[in-house]
Amino acid sequence: MAAIDDRHLLDVKNVRHLYGKPGGGGQLVLDDVDLTLFDNEIVGLLGRSGSGKSTLLRSIAGLIQPTAGEISFPRGDAASPTRVSMVFQSFALFPWLTVQENVEVGLEAKRVSPEIRRSRALAAIDLIGLDGFENAYPKELSGGMRQRVGLARALVVDPTILLMDEPFSALDVLTAETLRTDLLDLWCEGRMGIQSILMVTHNIEEAVLMCDRILVFSSNPGRIVAEIKVDLPQPRNRQNPAFRKMVDDIYARMTQRNPADERKGDGLFPGMGIGMVLPQVSTNVMAGLMETVSGGPFDGKAHLPDLAEALQYEADELFPIAETLQLLRLAELEGGDIKLTQDAQRYVAADVDTRKQIFAQHLIAYVPLAGHIRRVLDERTSHKAPAGRFRDELEDLMSEEDADQTLKGVITWARYAEAFAYDESADLFTLDDPS
Amino acid sequence: MVFLSGDRPGSRPLARFLRVGVAPSWADLIAFLLLAATAVLIVRGAGEMSEPLSRLRTTPVTLDVARLPEYALLTTLRMFAALGASLLFTFTVATLAAKNRKAELLIVPALDILQSVPILGFLTFTVTFFMGLFPGRQLGVECAAIFAIFTSQAWNMAFSFYQSLRTIPNDLDEVSRQFGFSPWRRFVRLELPFATPGLVWNVMMSMSGGWFFVVASEAITVGNTTIALPGIGSWLALAIERQDMKAVAIGVGAMAVVILLYDQLVFRPFVAWADKFRFEQTASQDRPGSWVYDLVRRVRWLRLAVAPLGWPARAMTAIDWPIPRLALQPVRLGPQTSRVIDGLWIAVLAAASVAAVWFLWTFLARTLNLQDAFVAFGYGLATLVRVVVLIALTSLIWVPIGVWIGLRPAWAERLQPIAQFLAAFPANVLFPFVVVVIVALHADPNVWLSPLMVLGTQWYILFNVIAGASAIPSDLKEAAGIFGMRGWQWWRQVALPGIFPYYVTGAITASGGSWNASIVAEAVTWGDKHLEAVGLGSYIAKATAAGDYGRVALGVAVMSIFVIAFNRMLWRPMYRFAERRLRLD
Repeated sequence: MAAIDDRHLLDVKNVRHLYGKPGGGGQLVLDDVDLTLFDNEIVGLLGRSGSGKSTLLRSIAGLIQPTAGEISFPRGDAASPTRVSMVFQSFALFPWLTVQENVEVGLEAKRVSPEIRRSRALAAIDLIGLDGFENAYPKELSGGMRQRVGLARALVVDPTILLMDEPFSALDVLTAETLRTDLLDLWCEGRMGIQSILMVTHNIEEAVLMCDRILVFSSNPGRIVAEIKVDLPQPRNRQNPAFRKMVDDIYARMTQRNPADERKGDGLFPGMGIGMVLPQVSTNVMAGLMETVSGGPFDGKAHLPDLAEALQYEADELFPIAETLQLLRLAELEGGDIKLTQDAQRYVAADVDTRKQIFAQHLIAYVPLAGHIRRVLDERTSHKAPAGRFRDELEDLMSEEDADQTLKGVITWARYAEAFAYDESADLFTLDDPS
Repeated sequence: MVFLSGDRPGSRPLARFLRVGVAPSWADLIAFLLLAATAVLIVRGAGEMSEPLSRLRTTPVTLDVARLPEYALLTTLRMFAALGASLLFTFTVATLAAKNRKAELLIVPALDILQSVPILGFLTFTVTFFMGLFPGRQLGVECAAIFAIFTSQAWNMAFSFYQSLRTIPNDLDEVSRQFGFSPWRRFVRLELPFATPGLVWNVMMSMSGGWFFVVASEAITVGNTTIALPGIGSWLALAIERQDMKAVAIGVGAMAVVILLYDQLVFRPFVAWADKFRFEQTASQDRPGSWVYDLVRRVRWLRLAVAPLGWPARAMTAIDWPIPRLALQPVRLGPQTSRVIDGLWIAVLAAASVAAVWFLWTFLARTLNLQDAFVAFGYGLATLVRVVVLIALTSLIWVPIGVWIGLRPAWAERLQPIAQFLAAFPANVLFPFVVVVIVALHADPNVWLSPLMVLGTQWYILFNVIAGASAIPSDLKEAAGIFGMRGWQWWRQVALPGIFPYYVTGAITASGGSWNASIVAEAVTWGDKHLEAVGLGSYIAKATAAGDYGRVALGVAVMSIFVIAFNRMLWRPMYRFAERRLRLD
């Protein structure tokens, strides 16, 4: 450890990635992403789901070959290559192997001899606080314990960089907090033997709590829109005003959009017009959100971080709901605030039938696909149209899964609004009410 | 038939229905033609190589009870030899299909068709072929028998394995790639364990069917040659020939003992062991139990005694083939090049199909004319009527009984293993009892031989319905009780929808099995008395006995077409409906 090596651990340059057919109309998930990773830092990739941050992480792990761009590890050489290891959101444990065997799996692939494998695995298991569970199978463990196994398995191969893909998002709040604290302790004490951590998260507070640097991703396509340095000393306190301010700030950045897109509602979701990929958001959830914002203490306008806390939601869960309301012109999002429109206030006050009417008007007027289906049904004398036709139209504009999800979302909304009916067994849209 | 391991007792066949579309596709047609041409080609080649069958000498089978254990052992060994061959086939062909898109295009439809081909019709061909390979030796006939069992086992196992390989969870795949698993390690650590539960259940179904074929294939008459391999099947054949009812009864008893031992000592422990490979992160409530497995785990000396069984597994994980660290960069083909290669592949397949059509035509045209085809088709219709009527009748009987049992857990627990045992029991050993009655009463064989076709296969309906009825959630049952649903409304809205997916699974298996069984059920013998029912089964059986390859081929082809059409037009739409609308999860 004589001279300090000032080369980066990791260089990501101009990485672009397209999903789907090469050459054909694929979906751009990563656009021109640059990233460097230095020694001794935790960097968070923060963004909405579908912003390509997991794709970037997998590219760095070597699991995906990005369409264009370069990923290099300047520090590594033949004698001591830079090793990366990964922790998965779903833990990705082999259910048929015991804890010990799961931890050993990476060493086994490297043909490390059984004795060394065993002692190194035991050391990692010990480090991560799993002693006593060596012979348990994953299905006997709680979620937190399973992720510990995932962590031990990643650490035992002695990585330079630890990649973590939303490592705590499948855990309940308390377990996640314990695991975060334990991980930070190990990191601060330098006991994990890793140089740097790169983690993907959609949880803003988690990012501010753990990271030294946060890269905020925009979605559609994924780009880095902001780099935020977190200078707060560890251990960080969530109640600290500086901490709160930083969280608020990031909320504002993540709801900010390109003003050019603002007018048409485009840019909220990927795609334009009827090609917009819509999320599946339940009408009950939308109604609930409007009622909450309309009632005290918010009175029609709420700060998103406060709202998220009041509802026990994470930002990633809240955003699609809020944005669907914005698409429907029932709410406006600005600077980390959500504000109900007049129609939304009317909706909250109304009875069931009036609510449905208001929703139907907005659905037909502002959701292009719903309007399109309704127009086709109105034009036909039979007032019937096969759903396959619209599915085909959508599949020209987006992937099959997105088309499926979008159509399902619109069907749910239209059924609630009684804007048009859908017969599942015949796969048919109709105008008549089932009475 | 491919079963998912998910629902234990009445597993659902999934893979066969995964391919969307009811109409036969081009891939099916091509696969069918190529398979048929290959089969005929093999027989012709073998025919030239083989010596006259009459020269074969085998140790004569005797009805000596002292030799029965030996016969039983030999029969069982044949089963396991075939199982080994099926596993080998599964691991190679299914892996190839899962990893190579071009191979997949051919293998998947081919497996689908092979599942529907009546295996018993094959016997003629396979005997001829293997006798040709080992002229004048018992080994040839052994191979033919083993091959017959193999053909009844391999396809669904391969399908299940292929299906598992295609559905490997993404995250585990990523872990394996991230750690740089070698292909062998990937197979041992990921693919094989992940596929194990599905494979085990398909092995069980295969073995159930296999007992039927081992019995049928041990004593074969092709032309004027009769071959009898030492085994329970030959014992029964001899007993039938001598009209020795006592010997038949002893043979049936021996079969029952063999299956019981196999079930308790081999299969249940195996299933209980395989449970640890089930891909789920939560421990399941009802784990398959086996007293033998528990005993072995608890008793120290037994554990030591069976420890050698674990050695191959340990050896498999320990070895690591020294894969040359060649930079195996996958060749990146431009879209243009890969399109050209695809085109070439399609052209090769097209050429092969044309050649197959021409070849089949010349083969069949030499011995047969169009009228034969019409005759065979007519017989096919007769057998079709039997299958439909019998499945309907057995459904009417077993659905209410199965539901009644399934709703009473105490009964279900006791009767389910019996139903599974009955499904595995080779019904053909029971034929003589029925035949004796028909002969004695001078009943019309056209009607009364028919039940033999479902004698063994009806149990699939029963145990699937039991499983379905046990799986109806108790909250649904309680809701039905609170709202006072009973009578027809209860059947229509609770019981029938609840069991329907399971029932379809059982009925598919039963109908497929019945087609197959028609070959032995429509033409039976008791001593010197021959009984025959008009149908495609007896048509194939007669052609086999006469050594008329052309008509055997025609009969088998027509039957395959019937089975495939029946599956596509009836079962597959029903299954898809069940999957879409009646899933309870």
